[in-house]
Amino acid sequence: MARIALVDVGHAYGGAAAEGAEPRWALRPMTMTWRDSGAYALLGPSGCGKTTLLNLISGLLTPTQGRILFDGKDITQLGPRERNIAQVFQFPVLYDTMTVFDNLAFPLRNRGWKEAAVRTRVGEVAELLDLTADLQRRARGLPPDAQQKISLGRGLVRTDVAAVLLDEPLTVIDPHLKWLLRRKLKQIHQQLKVSLIYVTHDQVEALTFAEEVVVMNHGEVLQVGTPQALYEAPEHMFVGHFIGSPGMNFLPCKLENGGVQMGDVTLPMEAEWLARAAAAGTEHQLGFRPDAAEVLAAPVDSAAGVAWQPARVQSFQPMGTHSLLQLGFGGGSVWVRAAAAFQPAGDYVWLRPLPAKLALFADQRLVPRVAGELLADASSVLAGTSAPGAAP
Amino acid sequence: MPATPHPAALALKLEGVEQRVGAATHLYPLNLVLVPGQLNVLLGATLAGKTSLLRLMAGLDAPTAGRIREGAGGAWRDVTGLPVRERDLAMVYQQFINYPSLSVRENIASPLRLRGVGKGELEQRVATIAEQLRLTSFLDRRPAELSGGQQQRTALARALAKDAGLLLLDEPLVNLDYKLREELRAELLQLLRVRNTTVVYATTEPQEALQLGGNVVVMEAGRVVQSGPTLAVFHRPATLAAARAFSDPPLNVLPARFDGTRGIATLVSGAVKGLANGWTSGLTSGLEVALSPAAVAAVRAAGVNEFLLALRPHQLHSEPGGCRSLTLQGTVELAEISGSDTYLHVHTAGGDVVAQWRGIHPLSLGSRAHLFLDPREFFGFTCEGAALFAPTAAAGET
Repeated sequence: MARIALVDVGHAYGGAAAEGAEPRWALRPMTMTWRDSGAYALLGPSGCGKTTLLNLISGLLTPTQGRILFDGKDITQLGPRERNIAQVFQFPVLYDTMTVFDNLAFPLRNRGWKEAAVRTRVGEVAELLDLTADLQRRARGLPPDAQQKISLGRGLVRTDVAAVLLDEPLTVIDPHLKWLLRRKLKQIHQQLKVSLIYVTHDQVEALTFAEEVVVMNHGEVLQVGTPQALYEAPEHMFVGHFIGSPGMNFLPCKLENGGVQMGDVTLPMEAEWLARAAAAGTEHQLGFRPDAAEVLAAPVDSAAGVAWQPARVQSFQPMGTHSLLQLGFGGGSVWVRAAAAFQPAGDYVWLRPLPAKLALFADQRLVPRVAGELLADASSVLAGTSAPGAAP
Repeated sequence: MPATPHPAALALKLEGVEQRVGAATHLYPLNLVLVPGQLNVLLGATLAGKTSLLRLMAGLDAPTAGRIREGAGGAWRDVTGLPVRERDLAMVYQQFINYPSLSVRENIASPLRLRGVGKGELEQRVATIAEQLRLTSFLDRRPAELSGGQQQRTALARALAKDAGLLLLDEPLVNLDYKLREELRAELLQLLRVRNTTVVYATTEPQEALQLGGNVVVMEAGRVVQSGPTLAVFHRPATLAAARAFSDPPLNVLPARFDGTRGIATLVSGAVKGLANGWTSGLTSGLEVALSPAAVAAVRAAGVNEFLLALRPHQLHSEPGGCRSLTLQGTVELAEISGSDTYLHVHTAGGDVVAQWRGIHPLSLGSRAHLFLDPREFFGFTCEGAALFAPTAAAGET
């Protein structure tokens, strides 16, 4: 397994642009280091550049600019085979007339492993994936989840790979089996200590699988962080929107009178925070998660002094384990998660976004509540572009 | 809106409908009634029979046995195997299917032209539906020039423009990005709510079924397991299969022995179902569940000594309190954080379980977890999977 460093790596299909013109980046130049034996997810919508990034690491693509290092060694010009990478794809890639055993053994025999060693290793991997009972069956005719497990096994069977790259490996799997396979994959990661890079558009898959998630949009890496950081402190509005279901609520706001004002609603905020937000940009938005607000069906005694606001019910969805409300609030529309037993009593409910969980954005970027918070958090993974090979 | 009266939503009645292909049975004989104007969700895993059933409803295939009747204004007609063009229905598939050589505008207009809708009204209807599905600026493009999301919007627009009495949607969002799916689902739901159309929507995802609401038809291995109002089926599944189909993360099932004299169930560890409906191996875990009087009565009435207790993951709580009289202790095998929730996979004496906790709980692997259970929130099933009891309405809703 290897530490993977990307140094000022950028890619434009069709190569560099004419002199003076900015290339049309599929992946904007970026510098990043992934530690050995880590579990990473590349998350973003179609066309965000995540597959381009994966192909640059596997060697299917050579970057338009920059260098890629495996354990400090420059491998930028090497092809996929010389990079020693294993890949698992969206659809099972199998020899369906071969037995499960022969499928798993294929990558090893291909590299000249001795038959005894092949048997031992295939046995181990089959055990991990609950495939032991199926080893002598033909791959053809096995159910889709078993076939995808064989694909995973083929990706994991070699002990000498720099990393295992997984491209939407669970897309074709039913929800119930996804839980089982994801659990299997995490256990394998913990036992085998392989470096895993997992590409997906599904935020639940990314967050539940990875130790750190790389969120991308329009060819740009917007944030690298733990699931907790991405949920609680999205550094870009896109991250707030993309992570969470429904995503973060945003309301355009004005910074006024010691608070933020949206439509007929004003929420007080720390003066120092507001000052930094004013300095950070011109377009401001208030953000809060659907579970970062309290909601009541009946009006509250205003003497209580708590800033409850009436909000018009636009839609109400009981979800079994909880309810989702879409509410007209602060000149916009917000989603709020309430208890399963919650029932609106009329056209209006009373809403209170939790003050401690509010986020403020200036020109799409988070304005941290505490000055300097952001830098310390980001520097661990995203190194400056002027520090080639920077690694933790 | 144009002067043409909207066709009425259709009722559909399936009577003893069965589908066999060669030696394989795709659908076992089933009866189903769809009420006009309602949204019906077909929920089931891949190969449960959802697509087979939709194709029979659409007349794309003829059933091996049984009749399909269509009702409008109190009159019924037999439409078994009647070709699609003689029916008043529209269908949208998983794959993005559009006419590749036609513009988006002509794609949406095509069913209206076939019906001979006049030029003025046709243009207005295309414009309205394009606006609703945010396709206005793409009307002159061809499908190949669109993103996946826009291609499926076009297919949906064509189906909706037709204003048919029956709209069949076969996992229409499954091939879209997660976030796009979420947006389009919300928009589609708004559009369907204001329409007088009978809708059948197939999905593999319990969360999607709950979001769509309406009625649900739960399918498993070619059979209809249960049907009814979506929330009612969620809260009171008639069988273990229906409960499982409707639980994401998966349902926790804990084998138990029943002590009728004390009104107590004891969890069995390492249970293996053997002959004569009992646990052949399996030691008592010593974990006792004091069942509610109604549950005791139900188990007694069924006359079983051994049965299955089941809990949805959100019913394995992180905090003690109230009626959470049972504590399951175990080792954390995995903690998955989705942002709003944490999914804990825990190995306990009563079996392996998954707990869903609100918020972020960074528990490390191998650490001890305490899960607090309220016996009033338990489901009970016989070993054959028939429902014995379900949580009372008051429990489990906090």
